[in-house]
Amino acid sequence: MEDTLLIDAAERFARGEMSAEEKIFFEELRKQNPELDQLVVEQLFFLNELERYGNTKNFKHILQETEAKLVQEGMISRSPLQGDSKVVYLWKRYKRTIAVAASIAGIVSLSIVGISALLHREKNDNLKILVGQLKEKDREIKQIKNQTDKLAAAIENNAPTAPRPRVDAKFRATGFLIDVSNNFIVTNAHVVNEARHQLIVENNRGEQFTAEAIYTNPEADLAILKVKDNTFKKMSPIPYSIRKSNADLGEQVFMLGFPKQEIVYGEGYVSAKNGYQMDTTYFQLSTSANEGNSGSPVINRNGELLGIITSMETNAEGVVFAIKSSNIYKAMDEVKKMKGYEDIRITSQPSLKGSDRVSQIKKVEDYVFMVKGN
Amino acid sequence: MSNILQEKVLLEGLAREDRASVEQIYRDNYGMIQSFVLNNNGTTDDAADIFQEAMIVLFEKSKSPDFELNCQLKTYLYSVCRRLWLKRLQQMQRLGRQSDFLEEVVPVDDDIEFHEKRQQDFMIMEAAMGKIGEPCKSLLEAYYIQKKQMQQIAGEFGYTNADNAKTQKYKCLVRLKKLFFAQYKNGQ
Repeated sequence: MEDTLLIDAAERFARGEMSAEEKIFFEELRKQNPELDQLVVEQLFFLNELERYGNTKNFKHILQETEAKLVQEGMISRSPLQGDSKVVYLWKRYKRTIAVAASIAGIVSLSIVGISALLHREKNDNLKILVGQLKEKDREIKQIKNQTDKLAAAIENNAPTAPRPRVDAKFRATGFLIDVSNNFIVTNAHVVNEARHQLIVENNRGEQFTAEAIYTNPEADLAILKVKDNTFKKMSPIPYSIRKSNADLGEQVFMLGFPKQEIVYGEGYVSAKNGYQMDTTYFQLSTSANEGNSGSPVINRNGELLGIITSMETNAEGVVFAIKSSNIYKAMDEVKKMKGYEDIRITSQPSLKGSDRVSQIKKVEDYVFMVKGN
Repeated sequence: MSNILQEKVLLEGLAREDRASVEQIYRDNYGMIQSFVLNNNGTTDDAADIFQEAMIVLFEKSKSPDFELNCQLKTYLYSVCRRLWLKRLQQMQRLGRQSDFLEEVVPVDDDIEFHEKRQQDFMIMEAAMGKIGEPCKSLLEAYYIQKKQMQQIAGEFGYTNADNAKTQKYKCLVRLKKLFFAQYKNGQ
C-alpha cells in the first residue's frame, strides 16, 4: 500500500469515517499482514501525537492571550519584551544592519512598514502589539535617517551645482505615472500614511512638485497621487503597459526606484505567484530592495508593468513582495466613481518591446518619481 | 452550585480549551501562586511562567479519559507550582529558605513526569513543523490545528479542489512523519 493511501485509511479509521464494510476489510487486512498492522499502529500513534500537538498549541495560545489580558488589567506583572518572538528578534537584527548602514554611508534604512501592514491585516492581538513596538523602533530609525538626510543635504548645498531641496523630508519612497492627462502617480498606501503635512514628488532631474493622495487602499497597500503643481509639464503617454493578468513564474523583471537620492536600477525574477503567507494580492520576487524602493514599478522585458514593490520578508535574503498590477485597474475603477474623474482611463503607448535594456530605462526613468514628505 | 461542581465545570471547560474557564482559573489562583514564588526567591516573571506551565500540566491531565481531581483545584495547582518551582530553584541553585502557603500538598510527581514527556514530544513536533517549510506547514496547521475543512483550505491556499489539497496534505504529512520519527526514535 502506498504511503499516502495508508495515511488516508488510517486517518479515516481513527476518525470513525469508514463504512462498516470498509472497516471490516481494513481490520482483516491488518490481521493478515503484520507489517501493515505495524505501519497502521505507527500512523495512528503519529496522528495522535499531531492531535495533541495541535491541542497544546491552541491551549498555549489561549494561555498567552489570557495572560496578556490580565497583564493589562494589572493582575499579572511581566517585564516588557518577554519571550523570543520572531518579529522582535528579526527587528534587532535589522536594526543593527541599519545602524551600521546609516552611520557609515548615510544611506536610508530599510522599511518594515509594509510587513507591519501585512501583519496588521491578520488581526492578531499578539502581532499587533509587536507592530506597535516595531513602529516605535521605526521612529527612532527615522530620526537617525533624518539626521543623515540633513547631513547629505548639507553636503549637497555646499556643492555648487546641486539643486537645493525645498523640503525637509521625513521619508522617501518611489512612485510612477500611470495617467498623463491627470498626472496620476501610483505608490504604496503605507507611504502616503507616512505623510502628515506635505507630499512631494520629485523627478530624476530634481524638480519637485506637490501632490495629494486622491485614493488610498490600505488593504491592497495602494495609493494614487495627483500632481497639483501647474509647473508640472505634460508628458507623452506612458511607455509601459499595465498588465491585467498575473505575473508568470520565472519572468525576468527590472525595477527603478529611489532607495537613495538618485534613481537606482535593479533586476530580478518572479519567484512565486503569491505573497507573504499566500496573500493573493501580492506576488513574490527574487531581488534585493531597500527602504525607498516601496512603490517602485516592476517591469518585464516586453515593457509590461507587472507590479509595485511593497515589502520584503525579514528572515530571508532577497525575498521581496510586489502588489499585482491588476490592483491598479481596481483602484482606477474606484477613482472613476469620484466626481470629476468619471472619464479617466489608463492610456499607454507601449514602446519598450524589442529595445535593449539601456534604452528601456531611458524611456521609463522620466516616469518614475521619488515620493517624499513630512 | 457547590464548590466541587463549580470546579468540575471549570475543568471540563479547560479540557475543551474554553477561554472563559482559563481566565477564571487564573483569577482564582494566580495571586496565591505569585505570592508563593515571590516569597521563595522568584520574580513576577517566574511566577507567570510557572503558572503557565502548571496550567498546561492541568490541561494535559484534564484531557485524559480517566481524569479525576481528588482534591481542590487550588490545592492541585499549588502543589504543581510548588514542585515546578522547587525544581527550577534546584536547577538554578538558588535554594533558600522555603516558605509554604498551604498546609496541604498532594503528590504530583507522576503528573509532572507525564508533562515533561509530553513537553518533549511537543518540542519534537514543533521542530519537525519548523523544518517542513511552506506551504506544508501552513497546510497542516490549517487542517490539524485550526481544524479547518478541506474545502475551505483548498480555497484559501488556491487549490482548484479539495482533493488536490488533500493529496498535497498527505505528501506533507509523510514528510512531517519522517522528520518527527527521526527525532522521536533518537530520543527514546
